[in-house]
Amino acid sequence: MTAPGAGWRRADGPSAQRREKRRRRRGDGRPGGEVAMVEEAEFTSYYGRPIIKPPVWKTPDVPLYLFLGGAAGSSSILGALADLTDRPALTRNARLVSGGAAVASVVFLIHDLGRPERFLHMLRVIKPTSPLSIGSYILAPFSAAAGATAAVEALGWFPRLKRFGGAVAALFGGPLATYTGVLFSNTAVPSWHAAHRELPFVFGASGMAAGGGLTMALTPVEEAGPSRKMAVAGAVIELATMRRVENDLGIVSEPYHEGKAGTLLRAARSCTAAGAALTVVAGRRRAGAVVAGALLAAGSLLTRFGVFEAGMASARDPKYTVVPQRERLAARENGQVAQNGHAPTITR
Amino acid sequence: MTSISSASPAFTGRDPENRLYGPLPDVQGEAGYDADHPARVGFFTDTSVCIGCKACEVACKEWNTLPMDDAHGTRDVIGLSGMSYDNTGQLGANSWRHVAFIEQSRTVDLPMPTFGRPGDARQDSGRSVTDGPNDESLATAQQSSVLNAEGLSEFDPQTGQSGADKQIRWLMSSDVCKHCTHAGCLDVCPTGALFRTEFGTVVVQGDICNGCGYCVPSCPYGVIEQRKGDGRVFKCTMCYDRLTDGLQPACATACPTQSIQFGNLDELQARADARLATLQEQGVETARLYGRDEDDGVGGAGAFFLLLDEPEVYGLPPDPVVTTRDLPAMWKSAAAAAAMIVGVAVSAVLGSRKPR
Repeated sequence: MTAPGAGWRRADGPSAQRREKRRRRRGDGRPGGEVAMVEEAEFTSYYGRPIIKPPVWKTPDVPLYLFLGGAAGSSSILGALADLTDRPALTRNARLVSGGAAVASVVFLIHDLGRPERFLHMLRVIKPTSPLSIGSYILAPFSAAAGATAAVEALGWFPRLKRFGGAVAALFGGPLATYTGVLFSNTAVPSWHAAHRELPFVFGASGMAAGGGLTMALTPVEEAGPSRKMAVAGAVIELATMRRVENDLGIVSEPYHEGKAGTLLRAARSCTAAGAALTVVAGRRRAGAVVAGALLAAGSLLTRFGVFEAGMASARDPKYTVVPQRERLAARENGQVAQNGHAPTITR
Repeated sequence: MTSISSASPAFTGRDPENRLYGPLPDVQGEAGYDADHPARVGFFTDTSVCIGCKACEVACKEWNTLPMDDAHGTRDVIGLSGMSYDNTGQLGANSWRHVAFIEQSRTVDLPMPTFGRPGDARQDSGRSVTDGPNDESLATAQQSSVLNAEGLSEFDPQTGQSGADKQIRWLMSSDVCKHCTHAGCLDVCPTGALFRTEFGTVVVQGDICNGCGYCVPSCPYGVIEQRKGDGRVFKCTMCYDRLTDGLQPACATACPTQSIQFGNLDELQARADARLATLQEQGVETARLYGRDEDDGVGGAGAFFLLLDEPEVYGLPPDPVVTTRDLPAMWKSAAAAAAMIVGVAVSAVLGSRKPR
């Protein structure tokens, strides 16, 4: 058997030593019952340096933007439907939440730019291959419509214009809450890209939990039935989809469990589950609705921060770039041997 | 080249013209240039003749007036990386060429046959050098004087053997932006600051970039980076300004060993294939081309390499894939999730009792 590279090994290096240490700590330190989810993988790197560049997106700007966008998107839909079914208090609160969150999210997004004064360059071209371009064309009309609707709602002017603005916002609300999943997963960041089918659902569901929770907390309980239902459905879908992201992606699921991301996501799960349970049990009482709504919003916020941190961690460690790509190469090689044909193209 | 459709492949999921992924014979044509555009150019970096002099790095910094930084991208700091002779550390906003440096060792017996000294008539090739009378005298000679030629050769990492059973080699490779056929950075740029030139290269327009940073994590090679204190992103332009004046890029001009070769991509590919065949004939079994295959995850690179070890040893991803390959699936997922929100909201409203 020939070793890859004809037996050549890095003469010495800090990363090799660090890896060694990590393995030892895992092997001895774990109590008997606990089993490492993924075996510590062997891999080579250039002095342990990351291969891809970690995102330069700032925290808390970007996770906050995701949270606010999700809450704004789902509550705008709720507001438009409540308007159609004659629930004035819910309509008003959903519009205020949606408009406030939309305007705040735009502020955070612009603040995150390296050249904030050039934010209008986002609308120079339209590119379907760029989720940020499409997202700008979702966010711009949404925030204009939702912000204007909330403003006239607060001032009490033009009732018919309000309905129109609310409807426009609701049209863009769903895409606004879910495109951010595409925004994250359409990168080379291993733990985000591998979750590219799940993240839009995670963010959409998390947005429903937040939007439902916030409007539930603000609205009299007899009108807040739709909020409660949407919040609970969102929380359940979020928990179920996050479970898949955290367990089914092989080695790139690891960053969702470890370090800062692991802590944030565990807290998010607790908040979301407690909020959903409390909504079912005590959502029809004012105090219960307020506490449950706050818990759901906190869970949604923590989910965004946790997913953000997990991606950052996976980008910083070359392991998560090299090992899955090596596995892919090995799988392709095996397939090639089996087919006995020419090199198969890479498929999903 | 088939005609260019304005319909986006991203929403259909079918991509018969390989606009998102796969080989693309005419990358400039796909980007909208007329048929009389110049030939696609590129770099062939032959690391087997790189001597690690870093003339490419210096020439690049000088020509493009790149600011000084240390191995972690901190501006205006002179720093030693502390890991090797490589103090550039990485490709980034301020380093558009990066000479990687790796010191490796291997045991001589396995898996390659050992090399005896000239004149040694050895029957058993696997035998250790310290066995036998001949080798004993060598050891004695080494002990008596480290200043003789044989003793000195031990301290030359390129050729020497430290101990009887170990060999040392240095790998040096000048890394650069790959100018991918399917460039993730270019695909995701929301402002159009990144564009495909008539030479098939990928360039950032500094007056358009608004520093959104989306290209940074979208590059599967970690090339493009935001410059701290400036906010915009920067990367290798393959000296677009020089190309338009009929000159070669600064790095290729400065390279003293022709490790960096610039030219039309198809010519470079033929040259690289011939070079690989020569090396393999000479028994360099670990030589391989990286980025040459247009069936790879980025549709082949405009700047490709001849490497002497696995890509990740040099800090390169072993199987990079342009992230937008999966974009149709992502958009579908986002549309389904948006529909889910509307569905949940409608059923939540309809399923709730009307107040009053």
